[in-house]
Amino acid sequence: MLTLAVPRDPAALPRLLLTALALALLWPGLSLSELDLGVLLHGDSAATMGNFVAAFWPPEHGREFLDLLGRATLETLAIATAGMSLALLVALPAALLASRALSLSALHRGGRPAWWGALLRWPVRGLLIVLRSVPEIVWALLFVRAVGLGPSAGVLAIAITYAGMLGKVYAEIFESVDPRPARALLGSGSPRLVAFLYGILPNAAAEMLSYTVYRWECAIRASVVMGFVGAGGLGQQIDLSMRMFAGGEVASMLLTFFLLVLLADQLSRLLRGRLT
Amino acid sequence: MTLNLSGVGLTHANGQVALSDIELQIAPGERVAIIGPSGAGKTSLLRLLATAQQPSAGRIEVLGADPWRLSAAARQRLRARIGLIHQAPPLPPRQRVVTAVLAGKLGRWSLGRSLLNLLHPLDTAGAAAALARLDLAEKLFEHCDQLSGGQLQRVGIARVLYQEPELILADEPVSAMDPVLAGHTLGVLSEEAGRRGITLLASLHAVDLALAHFPRILGVRAGRLVFDRPAAALTRAELDALYANEQLQQPATPPAAPYVLHIPRC
Repeated sequence: MLTLAVPRDPAALPRLLLTALALALLWPGLSLSELDLGVLLHGDSAATMGNFVAAFWPPEHGREFLDLLGRATLETLAIATAGMSLALLVALPAALLASRALSLSALHRGGRPAWWGALLRWPVRGLLIVLRSVPEIVWALLFVRAVGLGPSAGVLAIAITYAGMLGKVYAEIFESVDPRPARALLGSGSPRLVAFLYGILPNAAAEMLSYTVYRWECAIRASVVMGFVGAGGLGQQIDLSMRMFAGGEVASMLLTFFLLVLLADQLSRLLRGRLT
Repeated sequence: MTLNLSGVGLTHANGQVALSDIELQIAPGERVAIIGPSGAGKTSLLRLLATAQQPSAGRIEVLGADPWRLSAAARQRLRARIGLIHQAPPLPPRQRVVTAVLAGKLGRWSLGRSLLNLLHPLDTAGAAAALARLDLAEKLFEHCDQLSGGQLQRVGIARVLYQEPELILADEPVSAMDPVLAGHTLGVLSEEAGRRGITLLASLHAVDLALAHFPRILGVRAGRLVFDRPAAALTRAELDALYANEQLQQPATPPAAPYVLHIPRC
């Protein structure tokens, strides 16, 4: 009788069906992408890869090369940082405009903005979508033609794409934190920007910071990829070394990368620790 | 008239009627308490008066202006003259008490001044004075998440004291305080209203506190104004009728002590 007393979980069947559906959708995806892991072990592809990787040892550490590596690393950091700064200049105002969190009309409508407010937010959202829907490598190719080979093409490409990403995520962070402090301030007559600074920013700062540092890390990686198309930095050096089959140099540069990402990770942890 | 409501009603978006047919005039300098059972519409009434919500019927006039006929900018200027004390003050957990109190004047300060104040508190003395009146001066530089519920309520009250509004609306301002502190805090609010000749309107859970600190009492029940009279003229029968709860009433047990109110103080 005891077993009859336990009611059946009403969510069990839907969950089972959803899992089955997800698996059923995965299969056509795998076959569409022509993924075949067997090719990795097939024939002499394993030996070829082994030779390629073996050439990476030992990492190059000659005095002259280290000078070059240092300069390229600094250039990469400069590209990522300058690109992020420009992106922030666009992303912050755009996020404030795109976010519903600072709507005055939502104040006395139970959190739903008036239709004309929603209408005005759409162009800003559209702009952010356009900025981030074109990959940075495409922007880089465009700017290499416009401003010539060199870091400035990379900076512009990162600035444009990342402005779109940062703006979208910032706007969502603003909407996801507790809206009541800002509403209380708006309700006592504060201007909107001030209500944002006193009511939303204290709650959103840690998350924004963590995302921004993560994006900075991504910008470092992206600047490397763009180096392959001539936008300067470590990427250009890796491209050159690969063409000259100098595996040791490539290994040194990959190690540098590892250190840069580690640095970004530690920086993020330090800053978050200060804020939370 | 500081407040003038005629035929005011409020219906929420889901069709639920929160207030209906409210007629109310309050003169400058009056101190008025709103009492009534939970869910009667006390908070809705205060939110209407604070222009945080638009009435769905009737006319409302606050500080001599109809807020819903003003432009958005003029309405923000009007809101800067109204101080609303929240039951649970919405303060960011990581904000410092000094910043939270100084935020009371953001509606009057210029943008530059507000920005500068965020980097460095510009009027620490003013914030400390407001907190000292509520016996909270030692918490000036603490973070809001380090305070208890009652202390947070006092920070919210200090913010409104610092704001120096022309109308103070308080929604259950002392609900998280012990009886002695609650009495002291209401005394501070009454004293502030009397000294500056401004209007004070507070909803209260504790009837004895309302009777002790406010000369005029409004009774609200099921979204309607049941009575509106001087505290001295209020009878026990009216209070019992206000709080009568058909669902909770036990038919067989007669009240043991007829002269003791059954309403908890806090």
